[in-house]
Amino acid sequence: MSTAVVQEYLIAGALLLVAASATAAALARDPVRQAVLLAVLGLCLTVLFTFLQAPDVALSQLAVGTAVTPLLILLTVRKVRRSTASRHDGDERGQEGGDES
Amino acid sequence: MSRSARIRLFWATAVVFAAVYTLACTGLPHFGTAVHPYGTRAVATSLRQRTANVVSSVNFDQRALDTLGEESILFASVLGTLVLLRRARDERVGPPQAGRVLPSTRLLGLVMVPITLLTGVYIVAHGQLSPGGGFQGGVILATGLHMAYVAADYRVLKRIRPLAVLDLADALGAGAFVALGFAGLIAGGAYLQNVLPLGTFGQLSSGGLVPLLNAAVGVEVGSGIIVLLASFLDQAVEVRPARNSGSGGGT
Repeated sequence: MSTAVVQEYLIAGALLLVAASATAAALARDPVRQAVLLAVLGLCLTVLFTFLQAPDVALSQLAVGTAVTPLLILLTVRKVRRSTASRHDGDERGQEGGDES
Repeated sequence: MSRSARIRLFWATAVVFAAVYTLACTGLPHFGTAVHPYGTRAVATSLRQRTANVVSSVNFDQRALDTLGEESILFASVLGTLVLLRRARDERVGPPQAGRVLPSTRLLGLVMVPITLLTGVYIVAHGQLSPGGGFQGGVILATGLHMAYVAADYRVLKRIRPLAVLDLADALGAGAFVALGFAGLIAGGAYLQNVLPLGTFGQLSSGGLVPLLNAAVGVEVGSGIIVLLASFLDQAVEVRPARNSGSGGGT
């Protein structure tokens, strides 16, 4: 198999990973899980950009999409949860732990 | 608008969009071909401008005005976040709690923070030669600093994060990009034209204006993201709503 064909398979695989993780992120309801899935999507996009020979974009994607954006979401969720928890003191919302991918 | 009308409007726009988008995509150059009209011209120009990283040449030389716009967007959004997240009258600030961290995590942080910061500086400085540049390096610098929060706690991060200086650096970096653009006008060319000596291809000092603009963007992005994360972290870690705010007005 020539390298060009291998590369096309790699790109196709990365595209499938991106589609799968993006769908998972869109379908997740819990914001915390969504933030984590967004980080996974960022990582998949980084792999895709690397295979497409765009290392500059891959670097930005890795730093912003995988680290900064999910962190901002997680911090916002923490702030919102705590202020609602302090407003209704008795209302304890447990974290439901499912096991979907 | 009723629910069914909204759904019908969505499908009508979606169908139009899908048709026009498919039509537009047929006019694109084919995926993965060796010849690309814009790519060939951009590579030839960046060779002439002696900038080894073609992407940097496009971003900071051939299309520097676009980058100025992008950078201003980042600056404006950081400014907007700071205004939105300023401390409201009904909030009080509690001291951050000391965190319990495993000694191994602390050691890893101690080793990794300087290495990450050095990597960030390297990527900013080599933007004209290798993949990366001001934006990527700036984000790495900002995230590297926050490893101190993971490896230790918020008090340590606050100690190594001079926010007043970074506020100023954010504005200075954004201003330096605008100011560097005037070099072209002074030399009798166009705004943001690359008029500096171009140097030797592949050397650290090559590319004329490109490394300087990269440094300005690196300072702006790095300090901008630290300031942005600082206002989020303050809200999440330090700021609490006042105990007896009976009015219930949101923050």
